[in-house]
Amino acid sequence: MTRYTSATDGDRAEMLAAIGVRSIDDLFEQIPGPLRLGRPLELPAGMSEAEVFERLAALAGRNADAERQVCFVGAGMYDHYVPAIVDAITSRSEFLTPYTPYQPEISQGGLQVMFEFQTAMSELTGLPVSNAGLYEGPSSVASAGYLAMGATKRRKFVVSRGVHPHSRETLATYSAGFGTEVVEVGLAGGVTDAAALVAAVDGETAAVILQSPNFLGAVEDVEALGAAAKEHGALLVVACDPMTLGILKPPGECGADIALGEGQPLGNRLDFGGPSFGFFCATEAQIRRMPGRIAGETVDVDGRRGFVLSLQTREQHIRREKATNNICTAQALNALGAMVHLAWLGREGFRELGELLVRRTAYARERLAAVEGVELLHDAPVVREFAVRLDAPVDQVLDRVAERGIAAGYALGREYPEYDDGLLVAITERRTVAQIDALAEAVEAAIAASRGAKLSDSESKAPQGAVA
Amino acid sequence: MTLAEAPMQRERATTIYEKSKAGRRAAVLPDAGAPETPLEDLIPANLLRAEPPRLPEIAEPEIVRHYNRLSRRNFDLDTGFYPLGSCTMKHNPRLNERVAALPGHARLHPAQDPRRAQGALELMWLLQASLAEISGLPHVSLQPSAGSHGELAGLLLTRAYHADRGEVRTKVLAPDTSHGTNPASVTMAGYEVVKVATNQGGGVDMDDLRARIEEDHDQIACLMLTNPNTLGLFDENIEEIAALIHAAGGTLYYDGANLNAIMGRTRPGDMGFDIVHLNLHKSFSQPHGGGGPGAGPIAVSERIEPFLPRPQVVRREGADGEGPTFDLDFERPKSIGRLRGFQGNFGVFVRSYAYILSLGADGLAEASETAVLNANYLKARLAEGRAGERLPVAFDRLCMHEFVLSGRPMKTELGLATLDLAKRLLDFGFHPPTVYFPLLVEEALMVEPTETETKESLDAFAAAVEEILAEAETDPEVAKNAPYSTPVRRLDEVRATRQPVVRQPLG
Repeated sequence: MTRYTSATDGDRAEMLAAIGVRSIDDLFEQIPGPLRLGRPLELPAGMSEAEVFERLAALAGRNADAERQVCFVGAGMYDHYVPAIVDAITSRSEFLTPYTPYQPEISQGGLQVMFEFQTAMSELTGLPVSNAGLYEGPSSVASAGYLAMGATKRRKFVVSRGVHPHSRETLATYSAGFGTEVVEVGLAGGVTDAAALVAAVDGETAAVILQSPNFLGAVEDVEALGAAAKEHGALLVVACDPMTLGILKPPGECGADIALGEGQPLGNRLDFGGPSFGFFCATEAQIRRMPGRIAGETVDVDGRRGFVLSLQTREQHIRREKATNNICTAQALNALGAMVHLAWLGREGFRELGELLVRRTAYARERLAAVEGVELLHDAPVVREFAVRLDAPVDQVLDRVAERGIAAGYALGREYPEYDDGLLVAITERRTVAQIDALAEAVEAAIAASRGAKLSDSESKAPQGAVA
Repeated sequence: MTLAEAPMQRERATTIYEKSKAGRRAAVLPDAGAPETPLEDLIPANLLRAEPPRLPEIAEPEIVRHYNRLSRRNFDLDTGFYPLGSCTMKHNPRLNERVAALPGHARLHPAQDPRRAQGALELMWLLQASLAEISGLPHVSLQPSAGSHGELAGLLLTRAYHADRGEVRTKVLAPDTSHGTNPASVTMAGYEVVKVATNQGGGVDMDDLRARIEEDHDQIACLMLTNPNTLGLFDENIEEIAALIHAAGGTLYYDGANLNAIMGRTRPGDMGFDIVHLNLHKSFSQPHGGGGPGAGPIAVSERIEPFLPRPQVVRREGADGEGPTFDLDFERPKSIGRLRGFQGNFGVFVRSYAYILSLGADGLAEASETAVLNANYLKARLAEGRAGERLPVAFDRLCMHEFVLSGRPMKTELGLATLDLAKRLLDFGFHPPTVYFPLLVEEALMVEPTETETKESLDAFAAAVEEILAEAETDPEVAKNAPYSTPVRRLDEVRATRQPVVRQPLG
C-alpha cells in the first residue's frame, strides 16, 4: 500500500467481488500480452517522506539561489520580494486543489479572483479586455501572433530585436506551424530602429511586435513606433514588464491592440523559470479572438451576482479544430498570487515601487558606468534594468564577481553576438544601495584582475565560484 | 452536508475594488536610498503615465479576509470527492509543496549559470530519466507547459521530422472521441484534422482507419491517440494501428492524459508511439490550482530526438574520479526551437519528482492498479439499482481508470438531463463527473475516481446518485432547479457571453 491510497486487502477482495473478477491482473486483461511490461519499472523503491525531503533538500543545496548570491540577474524574471500574504493565500486548499472552474456554482472564489485579476491587468495595460492568464510571457507573444494572423488574414510578423530573445524564438517555433514569416528589425542606440521598422511594415504585415522596456532595459516610444502598424492595418502588439506599468504610459494609451507579458514579477517566485503566468489584454474588437480563459460577470436564477467562464465558444472543448487557441491553462494559482501582490501594493504602493525601481536603477547605472572598464551599452531611458559593456571577457567577470557572492547580471553574448561584451543588470526593491556598491566594487576588481591576467599573459583558469 | 452552511458563502459577491477606499494601503516599501530625482528627469514625460492604475486601496487585514472568504466559495479536492473524468484529481501531497518552496528551488534564477545550478539540472535530468522509463521512450523534453502545449510540440516535431526527410504532409488523424485540445493543436500546427470513427467497442474503427489512410496516403503526418481512450477503454488493436500509421510514413502521438491507468503495466513506447506527452498535473500529483499551473513534458523515440526543443538538459561524465556534471545544450541544429521562456515549469518538476521518489516503482504500479480497481468498482456500483437502468454505462466491459455513462434513459424517462444530475450532486457535497464529453455518447457523464479515494467515498457517491434518481421519480423538478445550497445557483451563461462584462467598471 502506498501512503496515498487507502484500499486494504479486505477492501480489495470486496471490490473485486463486486466487479466480478478474481484479481487485479484480470482488470488488465484488455492489454494484449506482448504489450504488458511484465517487469517492475526500473526506478528506485519508494521512500519515506523524511528521505524524500532530505534527497530534494540536498539537490536544492547545490543551487546558488538568490539567498546565497545577491541576484542582479533579470532578463525577464526578477527577484522581487513576494509578500507573506501571497504564500498564505495561494497555499489554501480551496485555491490550490480545485480543477478549472467548470462548475461555477461551487467555483465562485476562483472565478471572482479571475475577474479581479482581469480588472487589474486591464488597469495596468490600459486595454479593456484581459484574459485570466496564459502559460508565461514568450508563448503569449506567439499566441498574439496567432490572433493577429486570424484577425488580419495576413502571414507576416515584424518583430523588434528588442523583444525578449525567448519570445522571438518561441514565435519562430510556432510560426513553423502557422506558416508565417518573421521579419526582425534591429536596434539603434538601444531602442528599435524606427526607420528600419517603417521600411519593414507593409500591407502583408499581420502584427508589429515590440517590447517596452525592451530586452536591453530601454523604454521604447511605442506610440511613435506603432504608427507604422496603424498605417498598414497591422495589429500593434506590445510586450511589457508589468512592474513598470505603475509609472510608464500604458500600452493601451500608445495605440496597442494587444498588450501582454511575463507575469512573474507580480507575486511569483523565480522557481528556476516557472511556473509563472502570461497576461494578455486587448481591445474590445479582439474579444472573441482571445486565447485562454475569460471570467465574466452574470447573475444566477435568483438574480444574485455571480461569475462564470465566459465566451467559451472560442475554446477548444467547444470549437475543437476551429478554436482560437489550443490553450486551456490559465495559470490560475499564479494569477491569484499576482492579484494578491497587486492588492497588497495598492494604487499608491504600485506607483511608489515603480519610482523606487527607476531611482535605484539610475543610481546603479551611474555607479557602474563610473567603474574603470565599464561603459553604458546605450543611454536610452530605463526603469529597472540596464545594459553595460565590459572591457574584459564577460564570463570571466561573472565568475570573479560570483566569488564574492554576487550574480552580476545576464551575459548578452549568446543571444546578441553584436554585444558579446554586454552585461544586463537588473534591480529590484530587494537590491539595496549597499549591494549595488558592492557589485560595482566587485566588477571593478574583476575587470582589473582580467586585465592584469591578460597583461601578464598568465594561463590562469577562470575561477568557478561554484556552490559545492 | 451542504456547501453553503456559513452565511458568508451566500453573501452578495463584492469585489476587492468595491472594498477599496482612497488613502488605505498595505505595503510599506523600503526607502530608495538613492537621490530623489524627479521622474521626468530620468524618463521623458511623454513616456510616463498620468495616473497610476486604479488598483484597490485596502489594508492587509481586509485583503486576507477578502481572499479567505472567497476561498470558502470554492469546492476543492482537499474537501471532497472530485471524480472529474480525464482530469485525474488525485491527492496533492503537501510534502511536494514543501520541497518546491525550498529557497534552493524557489529563489533560483532561471538564467543562473548551469555550473551554479547543478542541483536543479540534475533534478530535471533525473525526472527526464524517470519519465523515459515510465513512458518507454528514451528522450524527454520537460519544456512544454501543459498537455496542449505538449501536443503542439509533438505536431511541430512531426513537421520537422518529415521536413528533414524532404516530405510535406498535411493531415493529422484523430478519433472522434479525442480531447478538444487535439484538433485545436492540429490547426495551430498548420495541419488539417481528419476524424477517424469509433467502433462498437469504443476503439478506433479499423476499417475507417484503413480507408482514411488509403484516401490520404502520403498526406498523413500523424495519428493522435490516447490509450486507454476517452471512454476509459484500452484499444486492443493498438499494435496494428501503429503498424498501419508507420507503414504510411506517419508518426504516432500519444495524449498522456490517461497515463494514470497504465503506469508499470504497459508503456506507450512499447505500443509503438513515437511521441507522448505526460501531464504532470494529472498522473504526477501537481495540484491543479483552479486551472494551472501544470506541465506537459514530452517523451520521444530515437528518430524524433534530433528535433526536440532547445535547450536540452544533458549529463556529462566527469573526468577520472570526478562526478558527472549537468548542462543546458543549446547547440541542437535540427531543433524545432523554443516553446516558451527558460527551461519550463521547474516548480512542477520538483513536485512530480518528489512524487515519483515517494512512490517508487511499486507505488506507481499500485497507484494505477488501484485507480483501475476504483473505477471498475464504482462502475459496478452504478450498474446496480436505478443508476443501472437510467444511467447505463456506454460501453459495457471492464474499464481502465475511468468510464462513461449515458444519461439518455434518464432524460427520456425522467426528464432529467445530465446537467441536472450534475447540479444536484453539488447539493450532496460532490464535484460532478465531466459532463457532455466524449461527444459521441449522448448525455455523457465521464467518471474518474482515481486511486486516492476510499471505498467509502465511492459507495457514498453511488448512494447519492441513487438517491437523486429516486427523488426524480417522484419530483424531477427538484433536480431540474438544483443546486440550492451553493454560494450561487445556476448562472446565466448566455448573458455572460452575449453581453460580456469581463472587468470591474471603476469610477
